[in-house]
Amino acid sequence: MEAIRVHEGICAPLLVDNVDTDQIIPSREMKRVSKQGLGEGLFAGSRYLYDGMRKVGLSQDFVLNGPEYQGASILLSGKNFGCGSSREHAVWALRDFGIKAVIAESFGRIFRINCARNGLLAVELPADQIEALVRQTSPDPQTRRVLIDLPKGQIRAPDGESWDFVIDESDRRMLMLGLDYIDYSLQYAADIDRFTKKDAAKRPWAYLNRD
Amino acid sequence: MGSTLFDKIWDSHVVCTLDDGSCLVYLDRVFLHERTGSIALTSLREAGRKVRNPKHVFATMDHILDTLPGRGDATLVPGGETFIKTMRKASMDAGITLFDIDDTRHGISHLISAEQAITLPGLIVGCPDSHTCTLGALGAVGWGIGTSDCEHAIATETLRANKPKQLRVRFDGPLGPGVTAKDMILHLISRYTASGAEGHAMEYCGSTIDSLGMGARFTLCNMAVEFSAFTGLIAPDEKTLGYLEGRAYAPAGESWQNCKREWETLRSDDDAVFDREIRVDCADIAPTMTWGTSPQHAIPVNGRVPTLDSVDDAESRADIERAMDYMGLTPGQALIGLPIDGAFIGSCTNGRLSDLRAAARILDGRKVAPGIRAICTPGSQQVKKAAEAEGLDKIFLSAGFEWREPGCSLCFNAGGEGFGPEERVVSSTNRNFRGRQGRKTRSHLASPALVAAAAIAGRISDLGEVD
Repeated sequence: MEAIRVHEGICAPLLVDNVDTDQIIPSREMKRVSKQGLGEGLFAGSRYLYDGMRKVGLSQDFVLNGPEYQGASILLSGKNFGCGSSREHAVWALRDFGIKAVIAESFGRIFRINCARNGLLAVELPADQIEALVRQTSPDPQTRRVLIDLPKGQIRAPDGESWDFVIDESDRRMLMLGLDYIDYSLQYAADIDRFTKKDAAKRPWAYLNRD
Repeated sequence: MGSTLFDKIWDSHVVCTLDDGSCLVYLDRVFLHERTGSIALTSLREAGRKVRNPKHVFATMDHILDTLPGRGDATLVPGGETFIKTMRKASMDAGITLFDIDDTRHGISHLISAEQAITLPGLIVGCPDSHTCTLGALGAVGWGIGTSDCEHAIATETLRANKPKQLRVRFDGPLGPGVTAKDMILHLISRYTASGAEGHAMEYCGSTIDSLGMGARFTLCNMAVEFSAFTGLIAPDEKTLGYLEGRAYAPAGESWQNCKREWETLRSDDDAVFDREIRVDCADIAPTMTWGTSPQHAIPVNGRVPTLDSVDDAESRADIERAMDYMGLTPGQALIGLPIDGAFIGSCTNGRLSDLRAAARILDGRKVAPGIRAICTPGSQQVKKAAEAEGLDKIFLSAGFEWREPGCSLCFNAGGEGFGPEERVVSSTNRNFRGRQGRKTRSHLASPALVAAAAIAGRISDLGEVD
């Protein structure tokens, strides 16, 4: 995974609560046995205009289609962003579209973990700071950018204010070093072997591998 | 200080603590399905890794396959057949057990994991599906994960995590007429919001829980994720053991007797301390239905959708206005009487025999109102077979319902089918999210009985109208 330390980008506000992963990418948009190429399906229900089920253009009502938000790489949202279905496609679609970070009041549990596994920053801030980011970026989103500093655990707003944020230490380290998550755990393979040997003696009924 | 049920299961599964403070937690079982299992297995192989213990990994087809009678690998999902064929080939290569489309044990993963006793009390089971918490009804920890963590789980037999906080929800008192587990969970979420249990492992207990049958307990645990819980679980009791005894993967003979003794300790100690406690008096719960686009938008079916002046903060007001706009409703409007276009009974929430029986009691001798598309999809082949043995299929069919093959079906456009834009659907499923059951479809979640009642009347109805 690509290491991330600092990201500066254009912010797009999607200030509603409970943006679920069905909204981020509807089931019908997950068309291939692959983690790639899912950006087209991002927010498909609201990003496009339709004739029946056929997409016929972009909806000008949707924030990411606004000219001032072209090239946005940071989404701002409310409570419980990414709740619902565990579909990691939601994170793959955001990444593929060019989103590097989501700043929200809180996140769905599985979504937040999926972000960490794919190098997408999920940053929690209190509502007043998110509102301040919207206020400070909206006069000119293209130039009034927000900086996320992962090593320092800080967000810098366009007016120069900085706020600290907390991210799971394990996730922070994996993101900063760009480590492969499975390789990292496999360093502990001997511990896993010792555990299962002891556990199988204690709970033989839980082990199905004894033919 | 005593231990909670969750402490006992979690603590006994910790393999080691890593230098960053997180733990490697042992997973007893992993269940895959064709939509993400196919990607996880392919990606694992491409990375040159192996499934660490194939005997503990199971798979089914439920998310993509069609549920139409006579179905095969072909599906209405664009590119869907590739998922199915990839899953089949990857399962065979990895040596894991696949319950394929033509298997008599086939069905939705969370249903068959219980029916086959692949999940047992005290186990931790992972699956790349957020409704894995369903299996908490067996006194197990059901852990919903993404595809990357699924790869991690099958490569290492573990997941890396910090221990979650814990919440106990106590339901006491008898349930009123027509009130089911579905109404209990919708009531809970509506009162404490969809993020009300944020990240907590949640144990359900109390006299009401003791009195619930297994089907109802699965429904209650299933929707723990809609309350943002890490998982939901119920201590195993005589009903749990009665359900599991003699099933395919359940221990037998002396081993079963030993397990029974061991599982008796799987309960929270009297002096166990939870981070949070919630108490619900079941006298406060009415037959419930959602009106909006989040499970927290739930009200008694004979109630009215909120008025905007009843909401304090501007953000919630905006949220409610957006939901009403999507759902085609106006503030203060009654739910009863709203004309519907579709009715769906099935899913990992309410696709069990007890659910089909509850709906059939309403449908028996009646007809679905003209112009309503009504579909019943049993959750598994075993459910379907048992229902047919009781003649429930005939009741559904003669009422005018379609009688489908098992799968996730119209819960979320699985099988490539959805309802139409602005169609109003009453559904026994778990999520009324925008666009989940079809682009711009308006979903109302409810118990199977309320779905059946609405299908007969052609509009949202009280159970009293049809009983």
